[in-house]
Amino acid sequence: MSEHKGVWVYCETDESRLKRVALELVTTARDLADKLGEEVVAVLIGNDIERHAEGLIWQGADKVLVVNDEILAKYTTDAYSKALANLIEAHKPSILLLGATTNGRDLAPRVAAKLKLGLTADCTGLELNDKKQLLQIRPAFSGKVMVELVSPESRPQMTTVRPNVFKPAEPDDSRTGDIEHVKMQMSPDDIRTEILEKVKEVVEGMISVDEAEVVVCSGRGIKEPENLKLPEELAKLLDAAVGGSRPIVDLGWLPPTQQVGQSGRTILPNLYFALGISGAVQHTAGIRGASLIVAVNKDPDAPIFELSDFGIVGDLFEVLPEIIAEIKRVQSER
Amino acid sequence: MLIMGLMSPAGQRTGSPRGASFMKIIVPIKQVPDAVEVRIKEAADTLNTDGVPQMLNPFDLFAVEAAIQLKEEKGGEVVIMTMGPPQANAAILKALAMGGDRAIHLLDPAFEGADSWSTAIVLAEQIRKMEYDLIICGRQSMDWDLGQVGAELAELLDLPQITGVRHLEITEDGKHVITHRVTEDGYEVVKARMPVLLTATKGLNEPRLPNIMGIMKAKKKPLETIDAATLGLDATQIGRNGALSKTVRVFPPEKRKGGIKLEDVEPKEAAKQLVEFLAKKGAI
Ligand SMILES: Cc1cc2nc3c(=O)[nH]c(=O)nc-3n(C[C@H](O)[C@H](O)[C@H](O)COP(=O)(O)OP(=O)(O)OC[C@H]3O[C@@H](n4cnc5c(N)ncnc54)[C@H](O)[C@@H]3O)c2cc1C
Ligand SMILES: Cc1cc2nc3c(=O)[nH]c(=O)nc-3n(C[C@H](O)[C@H](O)[C@H](O)COP(=O)(O)OP(=O)(O)OC[C@H]3O[C@@H](n4cnc5c(N)ncnc54)[C@H](O)[C@@H]3O)c2cc1C
Repeated sequence: MSEHKGVWVYCETDESRLKRVALELVTTARDLADKLGEEVVAVLIGNDIERHAEGLIWQGADKVLVVNDEILAKYTTDAYSKALANLIEAHKPSILLLGATTNGRDLAPRVAAKLKLGLTADCTGLELNDKKQLLQIRPAFSGKVMVELVSPESRPQMTTVRPNVFKPAEPDDSRTGDIEHVKMQMSPDDIRTEILEKVKEVVEGMISVDEAEVVVCSGRGIKEPENLKLPEELAKLLDAAVGGSRPIVDLGWLPPTQQVGQSGRTILPNLYFALGISGAVQHTAGIRGASLIVAVNKDPDAPIFELSDFGIVGDLFEVLPEIIAEIKRVQSER
Repeated sequence: MLIMGLMSPAGQRTGSPRGASFMKIIVPIKQVPDAVEVRIKEAADTLNTDGVPQMLNPFDLFAVEAAIQLKEEKGGEVVIMTMGPPQANAAILKALAMGGDRAIHLLDPAFEGADSWSTAIVLAEQIRKMEYDLIICGRQSMDWDLGQVGAELAELLDLPQITGVRHLEITEDGKHVITHRVTEDGYEVVKARMPVLLTATKGLNEPRLPNIMGIMKAKKKPLETIDAATLGLDATQIGRNGALSKTVRVFPPEKRKGGIKLEDVEPKEAAKQLVEFLAKKGAI
């Protein structure tokens, strides 16, 4: 096992664009690698992606492995898992981090099974124990329990890490490192799935709940789709994303991309508004990472109040217009 | 019930008559503790979920429903499969009551303590002995939320995989699936030749509730129980011994401390206090 060295980050790209989570993970990897006395290696797989290599070095990587091929222009499980597994076998890293994105969570278990590696999905914390093993920390049971895991025997120790948990460091453009291009033998026959079309459902101009610093989320208490203009007005004032509980999304009042909770998005905003949301565990599983939770609900016993930093018991149709007016007033005084 | 079964996920029909493409579908399911009832007070080595009500993993309901709908449309057989303790029988019965044809219960004390890898190993070993066109898993289990077993199983069986499927159709030639795979900002239309492994997610269908007839029939449907020896797996590969991930510790999440809660406060005054609070926290 001692032959395994290096903290690796799979730096996901989407249509040649680098995902932000890659920067977050390179920062984290730097920290782990310094404690272990090992190198940080960033892995780029895709097409037209070499241009990200330098930025990853500035971010903290000592080396960047680039697998660039037209056949990798779109993410496919078969091609990407082959490329990543080949790199791992050739270089034997001790740790491999991937973003817990849709494709990261598709790729990681496939690679883990190819190489017989332990894997923990969707970690929210990473530490080293006294044996210098990677402690993989994550919630389970809708966030009601936290679990710490290790992979004692298999190397690399592999995890997917939830986006937005770690903050990327300021890039340092005086850093230098190696960029190594790796050629892979890859043929179209290796790829058994065909992507016929990619459809974007994000509504033009709608801020994604994943990335927003502030999320204004409505539940069944909003009653009618027309009433959504109230939370939308609040969101506009705060540059916030508009989210919904599952029932609201199931009714088609908001697109599925805006659903917060266990079967929707897990989010980590600075500020979260729960308006007319009861606070079912499947909903709160998605918001436990929020720094501040504000709840407005007319039921004083609604479970959401157990989690909220500031709760107002009242009718949201009376309270929300006042909140909007007050924020406008404060903002106009600035 | 029947009406549900006759609807295809997106209401699109190729009109292929029953029997034209007899489909063999395997649905691996997992029984999970109801998270609502899970509680932990202090740190421990393992989580004890004894006494917590169990249910069929909600994502697996989408998988079972999809399989039954395909069978009803094309003809075929739906085999329900689980690796789990004796009480997982309840989850099997539910899936059979919905319309599964027969079930395989991979049951052995040696399977206990498995992680996703030592789960996938066992499922794969059984599935290698079977014929199938499709394997449909849930996207993830609602207890550990790992979402790993499907892809690991696909790799062990050398099958293509499509994860997070919310729409499924079979091409007219009966040889390919066309799916909508959920992405961060929408979905991809993905085609693959069968056999293929899919993981099912929300939106794929509205899982039916079993009716009385279904529940009565379920108890009479064939149920095979298979242990590790029959599978030809030795004790070092499976369960806790075969697991590559080990739990070090479980502990309660950090509590949010003493939030403010305003009751019987005039909306205008409440709004004022809230905005003051947020400004002080630097949140607005
Ligand atoms: C497998 C599974 C996955 C799930 N995934 C998710 C998920 O990802 N996201 C999610 O949100 N849910 C999810 N759910 C559903 C979840 O269990 C709840 O049913 C859902 O979150 C409830 O939504 P809600 O709070 O909007 O509605 P309700 O529970 O109906 O709550 C409405 C609230 O509004 C309040 N209210 C009503 N009128 C007013 C008013 N005028 N002013 C102020 N307050 C008012 C009521 O007091 C009540 O508390 C999932 C469930 C399952 C089984
Ligand atoms: C370190 C660790 C400790 C654990 N400790 C416990 C524990 O104490 N008690 C406990 O109950 N669980 C425990 N688990 C979870 C569990 O034993 C395995 O991880 C589990 O069997 C695989 O489930 P998953 O959550 O990874 O499934 P996922 O990968 O999230 O499941 C995806 C899909 O795979 C299929 N699937 C998953 N498991 C099975 C199965 N057993 N049979 C058939 N199909 C299946 C289903 O279709 C499911 O929807 C632990 C997991 C880990 C990693």
